[in-house]
Amino acid sequence: MAIQYTYHPDHLKNSESIYTSVSSLKRGEMVFNIGPQHPSTHGVLRLEVVTDGEIVKEVIPHIGYLHRCFEKHAESMSFNQTIPYVDRMDYMSAMNSEHAYAMGVERMLGITDQIPKRVEYIRVLVAELNRIASHFVAIGTYGLDIGAFTPFLWLMRDREHILRLLEWTCGARMLYNYIWIGGLYYDLPLQFEERCAEFSAYLKPKLEHLETLLITNKIFIERTAKVGVLPLDLAVNYGVTGPMLRGSGLKYDLRRVDGYSIYPELDFDIPIGAGAMGTVGDCWDRTYVRMQECRESLKIIDQCLTMLSSELKRDKDFNPRALAPKKIRPKAGDYYVRAENPKGELGFFFRTDGRSDIPVRCKARGCSFVNLSVLPEISKGVMISDLIAIVGSLDLVLGEVDR
Amino acid sequence: MNTVLIFDLLKVSFGEKVLKIDLNDQPQSIEIIVQENRELFTFLRDHDQLYFDMLSSITGIDNGPEVNTMEMIYNLYSIPFDLHLMVKTKLDREAPLVPTVSDIWKTANWHEREIFDLLGIRFEGHPDLRRILLPSDWEGHPLRKDDVLQERYHGIKVDY
Repeated sequence: MAIQYTYHPDHLKNSESIYTSVSSLKRGEMVFNIGPQHPSTHGVLRLEVVTDGEIVKEVIPHIGYLHRCFEKHAESMSFNQTIPYVDRMDYMSAMNSEHAYAMGVERMLGITDQIPKRVEYIRVLVAELNRIASHFVAIGTYGLDIGAFTPFLWLMRDREHILRLLEWTCGARMLYNYIWIGGLYYDLPLQFEERCAEFSAYLKPKLEHLETLLITNKIFIERTAKVGVLPLDLAVNYGVTGPMLRGSGLKYDLRRVDGYSIYPELDFDIPIGAGAMGTVGDCWDRTYVRMQECRESLKIIDQCLTMLSSELKRDKDFNPRALAPKKIRPKAGDYYVRAENPKGELGFFFRTDGRSDIPVRCKARGCSFVNLSVLPEISKGVMISDLIAIVGSLDLVLGEVDR
Repeated sequence: MNTVLIFDLLKVSFGEKVLKIDLNDQPQSIEIIVQENRELFTFLRDHDQLYFDMLSSITGIDNGPEVNTMEMIYNLYSIPFDLHLMVKTKLDREAPLVPTVSDIWKTANWHEREIFDLLGIRFEGHPDLRRILLPSDWEGHPLRKDDVLQERYHGIKVDY
């Protein structure tokens, strides 16, 4: 049966309220909408903008167009059944979200220390591959937003290699369900390590190309430097995390701060914004932090591959699902777990009653949701074209904003 | 500084308003009474040995009609001292009302709107308490345990 809809002229007005009252507008001011279907909003985001000519007076983001009731679903499903839903929150970096979620449930079960080293190394390997893919989309579409077409095509070409590698491991290109609670779906496919090392060698010069083609391009700098400056105190007060916070100059990365999984054993730097082209915390800084993070992720991938092909070599008796619990029954309590996603701090709050394998409450603290909330603050008084540049530099995934 | 010391510190300054400490939660938690939570949160943020400058997350929980309470859970983090703290508070389910913390941590603005949207908890003094994820003319608050879905929304059948 097709979906029935009753037309009524008031429906639209009642459901998507215009926040600004037209009678309060001053002379020359105008309200207009960007989105929800607009390429530069990176998804179904609607921005209600009050303008005076080309100047943005006020931005009111309207979200919820992609709300899929994650928290409601999670209350009716066991912990392991929720993992595919976690994938669909931040669909650009599903491996990272899975890693955070699985880690949270393992911590509740108290089996964090028993997870085999090989499993942890594979998790970090695929998560870092996914981080590069996510940053490539962020940088590529950002270039697209402000008029650079070539970098987008180049980055999509390179991201395709990552998606194929990940498809090889688990059969899906973007929504993996690969990291399970207590283990992995499968071990890595045969010869994955060699192919991945080839890819890593291939990608390194490509990052140099990206830097000359886009990041240090004069037009790109003119469009992004000194635009959308996010001061550090404001960023912390708004709970902004990830490359946005690091772009504002704070060396704060949960992989180092919390040192979860095997990250303490790995050697990598945390790039921060220094205002090299303008002011600390501008759009250029955020993008450059993302680009440098790709290099650091490559470093991590190389170290993981070395470990996976020497000390933690493939073994035919190795069963990545050996520890996956048959019955997941954490003891009663409240837990908050967080991990560093490409976009920032992804947190999960769980309340369990100790009697069932279904959480009483599962809340996801999405990084894009929190990062978007700072937009009205940093886009007051900018030009409309700069607003597009600012929205692009937030690196939003609406799947995670709306959950 | 650990949670026990924070608890003692809060006990000295706020006495009866600080109820109990739970060391089994991760991160360890402190329960407070809901009224006048704002001074306590301002204290936690501004104290020179705590400095909880980041509010990671706010969660609302409905305990259902039998228990007849709701809960708010604040997850705080202190970047300079690397401290975690979970602050819990219980509230009445019939007319849940909490003083807003959106002027202490700006990030609370959207978190509180989300909780209002999904659980129907109202925030006293919130600058802009509107629905955020659901459409403005949606009926009910879906994360409440006794929420009944509306049958039709704009003529579209809701429950399939």
